Amino acid sequence: MPTRRDVLATFLGAAFAGVACKSKAPVGHYHGELFGPRFDRGHKLRDPKELAATLARTDLPEQKTRVVVVGGGPAGLSAAWRLIRGGLAAKEDVQVFELDDVAGGTSRGGQSEVTRYPWGAHYVPVPSGDARALGVLLEEMGIVEGHEADGYPVIAEHVLCRAPEERLFYRGRWYEGLYLQAGAQKEDLRQFRAFKRELQGWRKWRDLKGRRAFVIPTARASDAEEVLALDAVSMAQWMDQKGFTSARLRWLVDYACRDDYALSLQDASAWAGLFYFVSRMNDLGASSELMTWADGNGGLVRHLLGVVADRVHLGKSVIDVRPRGAQEQVVTYLDRDGAPHRLIAERVILAVPRYVARHLCPSLADRKEDLAFDYGAWAVCNVHLNGRGARPQGVAMAWDNVLYESPSLGYVSATHQEGNDHGPTVWTWYYAITDPGKDARKKLLDAHWRDWADVAFSDLSRAHPDLHALADRIDVFRWGHAMTRPRVGARRALREAAAHVPVGAVHFAHTDLSGVAIFEEAHDHGVRAAEEVLAALSFQVPSIR
Amino acid sequence: MRPPVSEDEQAPVEEAPLHAPNSEHSTAGGASQGAPRRIWGPPQRDEASQKKAEADGRREAEGPSKTTATLLLVTVLVIATCGLVYELLASTLASFVLGDAVMQYSTVIGVYLSAMGVGAWLSGYVVDDVAKRFVDIEIAVALVGGASAPILFFAFAHLSWFRVVLYGVVALVGMLVGMEIPLLLRILRARYAFKDLVARVLTVDYLGALVGSLAFPIFFVPKLGLVRTSLVIGGINAVTALASTYLLDDEIKKTLGLRLRALAVLVALGVGVVAADRLTLLAEEGLFADEIIYAKQTPYQRIVITRGRASFQLFLNGNLQFSSADEYRYHEALIWPAIAARVEAGDPVKRVLVLGGGDGLGLRELLKTPGLEAVTLVDLDPFMTHLARSQPLLSALNEGAFSDPRVTIVNDDAYVWLGAPKNAGQKFDVIIADFPDPNHYALGKLYTTRMYALMKQHMLERAVLAVQSTSPLFARKSFWCIARTMERAGLAVAPYHVFVPSFGEWGYVLAREGSITPPSRLPPLAKPLRYLDDPTLRALFVLSRDMQSLDVEVNRLDNQVLVHYYEAEWKRYL
Repeated sequence: MPTRRDVLATFLGAAFAGVACKSKAPVGHYHGELFGPRFDRGHKLRDPKELAATLARTDLPEQKTRVVVVGGGPAGLSAAWRLIRGGLAAKEDVQVFELDDVAGGTSRGGQSEVTRYPWGAHYVPVPSGDARALGVLLEEMGIVEGHEADGYPVIAEHVLCRAPEERLFYRGRWYEGLYLQAGAQKEDLRQFRAFKRELQGWRKWRDLKGRRAFVIPTARASDAEEVLALDAVSMAQWMDQKGFTSARLRWLVDYACRDDYALSLQDASAWAGLFYFVSRMNDLGASSELMTWADGNGGLVRHLLGVVADRVHLGKSVIDVRPRGAQEQVVTYLDRDGAPHRLIAERVILAVPRYVARHLCPSLADRKEDLAFDYGAWAVCNVHLNGRGARPQGVAMAWDNVLYESPSLGYVSATHQEGNDHGPTVWTWYYAITDPGKDARKKLLDAHWRDWADVAFSDLSRAHPDLHALADRIDVFRWGHAMTRPRVGARRALREAAAHVPVGAVHFAHTDLSGVAIFEEAHDHGVRAAEEVLAALSFQVPSIR
Repeated sequence: MRPPVSEDEQAPVEEAPLHAPNSEHSTAGGASQGAPRRIWGPPQRDEASQKKAEADGRREAEGPSKTTATLLLVTVLVIATCGLVYELLASTLASFVLGDAVMQYSTVIGVYLSAMGVGAWLSGYVVDDVAKRFVDIEIAVALVGGASAPILFFAFAHLSWFRVVLYGVVALVGMLVGMEIPLLLRILRARYAFKDLVARVLTVDYLGALVGSLAFPIFFVPKLGLVRTSLVIGGINAVTALASTYLLDDEIKKTLGLRLRALAVLVALGVGVVAADRLTLLAEEGLFADEIIYAKQTPYQRIVITRGRASFQLFLNGNLQFSSADEYRYHEALIWPAIAARVEAGDPVKRVLVLGGGDGLGLRELLKTPGLEAVTLVDLDPFMTHLARSQPLLSALNEGAFSDPRVTIVNDDAYVWLGAPKNAGQKFDVIIADFPDPNHYALGKLYTTRMYALMKQHMLERAVLAVQSTSPLFARKSFWCIARTMERAGLAVAPYHVFVPSFGEWGYVLAREGSITPPSRLPPLAKPLRYLDDPTLRALFVLSRDMQSLDVEVNRLDNQVLVHYYEAEWKRYL
């Protein structure tokens, strides 16, 4: 049984654990709950005997539908959304199955009496004109007020992340922004400028076909060798080559890799490291503004759910998809009680991560795709506060609040975007485990509610010494497969796998097909798969991508 | 120098038991028991004792007894000084926080003097160990008197029955001080002839009063402020008590306990001085020109009221919100152009929304509007609106605006309130935005295009909006940023300004959807206003060249440029 000190040392470092475990350190008095995806339902797929017995049953009544979408995350909901827009408007034509009791995948949000709050992904940069389908979604949401000359949509003010966007806690004080300006030497600042110039260079870069190196959706990105070469080295190696040795610059890039990929600077490919920065820069070289909602990307999920509505079946896990004849796909699923059901569809969209798709679609099982699909583990803790506490040293509360000296990813304040600056709030604290796949999951799951709540509480207490009087509740969500990870070589492996190409009448939609875990990619794959299906079903609709 | 009382005379008196309250009079001057004497008059002595005393006096002049007696007279001086300072402290403090100086000085002095009388009378019940009791009382005065100002400020900030505490503390200090001189007289009576005793003690007593009355306004209040003065004077009392234990060494059986107690009080008051700095009441004093009479940290802001000679001021987080001397200029200019513009266009003013303005002074002006039916005031801080309703100075200044049945108070963030779906149906003829200046993001959001878009959703057709917009002279970019932001939100604007001596040039923006013309006349009112008449109203809209429009960005939630403009501009002055 690991001690409190062991747990803190594992996740926050031995030195910090020593300080936090001193008898004088304040103790929190909070309660909370442990959440996670329904492992129990998901893991049924791994028991071939039980599975075979269920599938062998011939007594199951068969119902009919046109398209089954497996997975109720952003990709699945986007696929259903596109199908409905494309003409499959009848309720019985599209059925979405989600094994969890909540839709939205890692973009889901929660709600308390005080505020909505995120449980995972929490922002989307304002898309460039390249993300046409996403632009359509935003227009439908009524948050596009016009378009800039360069094609960027003008997004309604209340959806854009309210200033101040982010701040950084360093040695007892909060500073504005994510790059630690305080105490930066001339050489640090020179390197920071040079790094930004590198990014701008990549932003302007075009291949012979006029495509950019880093663009969202990645489907529109260049596949030139010059770009793919970046996939062969780690971001750390790339920075070494370029002479970027400044500790605070490397911290910033490492933070970016942990934040978006659950990878360290050493493990993320240079392609991924540059993608993080360059894909969200506008033509002027500035970072795009961020769109966010109190519940993070839950705001987008809520809109999609509003459209897809009662076509979504929660708590029902699809366990098998196989063709029968040329025209039929037999979909077997279990309801909440574990009772099997059968559905006959014309087309199926597997809007699930690849490691799940592999279980559902037998022909994927033999493929060698391990390098392309690796998943990182995350812990997300929602800390419910009864008030805001003392005014901090330095700049005031921002939306994103990061601790320079911590391996955590800091926290997002849920009430910030609502313009609510006083009284109770919820802070969503993130921790990405950068260890290799299985080790990361073991580390994540070996720590229970008390451990994670304590890690979050202790980590936040270093910047908020009065947290013990403010934190009433800490809920913990353990994401075993939180996001796909663009390790060195993953991008090339993904291209070679051509993982998004349909197998028969089974189509694939998930952000991991792009090698990065972001809402925009999930949406694009959902729309692409839906348009493939629409075409196969002979709907004559122009693409919105 | 008059000769001191001889040892010979002293001895029998010391042995004489003192039973009756008036016994000290009868024994004063060393006369035999039971022979009453006049207290106020020339002392009567027989020739022999007089001569003997003079002889002894010559002898004693070089001895320790003379020094002791002199030092005891110094004690009288100190006690008298301290006693008067306590009296002045309580009077000043009461008039600071309650206003009406004549009433406060009269009642506090009355209570204090009568309590001294009670103390003098009670001193008669002190029978044994007079010297020890004297030191006891000294220590008590040091503690209660020393803590009096902190206690009273605390009571004012936290208790509704402040006056009970005020007169209780005044009475207690007065009583204790009233016991001091009679007891000291009894201690000294053996050292002086009665005529000399009374003459000297009273002389020194009145001299002490003079010292106290001069030092209080010239040194103590300006240099230390009321709280520190109180603690320091208490400390002087404690030192006197400690010194007395040495002076009266041979008359007190056990001095150690007394000394320890005096030291303890001294330390406690010293800690008080240091801790008070940390408790922020005193720490803030340096920031304000005048005495702080109320300070409270609410969950939202720090509210401070200070009081100067002729006016009082309200500060939120250290920023002046108004001075009672000239706030009428600010508030008339805030309210009346909007009302006038609406009335002049032939539209009614029935329902008004006030955002911020928890001091109720804008409300006071609004409530004069003929035909007004309902005002909703949305202010973040319930402590502020409660204070404005119940604090005598404030409620007098806002003329009890919060008790008016037409007024509804909502304590919420105006941004959140305007955006809440449950309030969507509330529409108004006039909206007044009276927020603190945009010196941080939580306030900056109240001046964004989003905020004005929300306000528009709550405006009836042709409704008028007036926004306090910081100084067009000191913060010209900020001022025009607000005006431009309102324009971007789809409002026609008419910027205007007023001169408020305690603020300087101050600005507002009047706005309406479609178009707006500056108003030219006030609506008919029962009583003329203090500042505005029709020509002055028109003059508000004339901006001199140094306040005219600049090229500025629009303030949005996602850029908050206004906070940056504001910081940069005011940094030049602060």
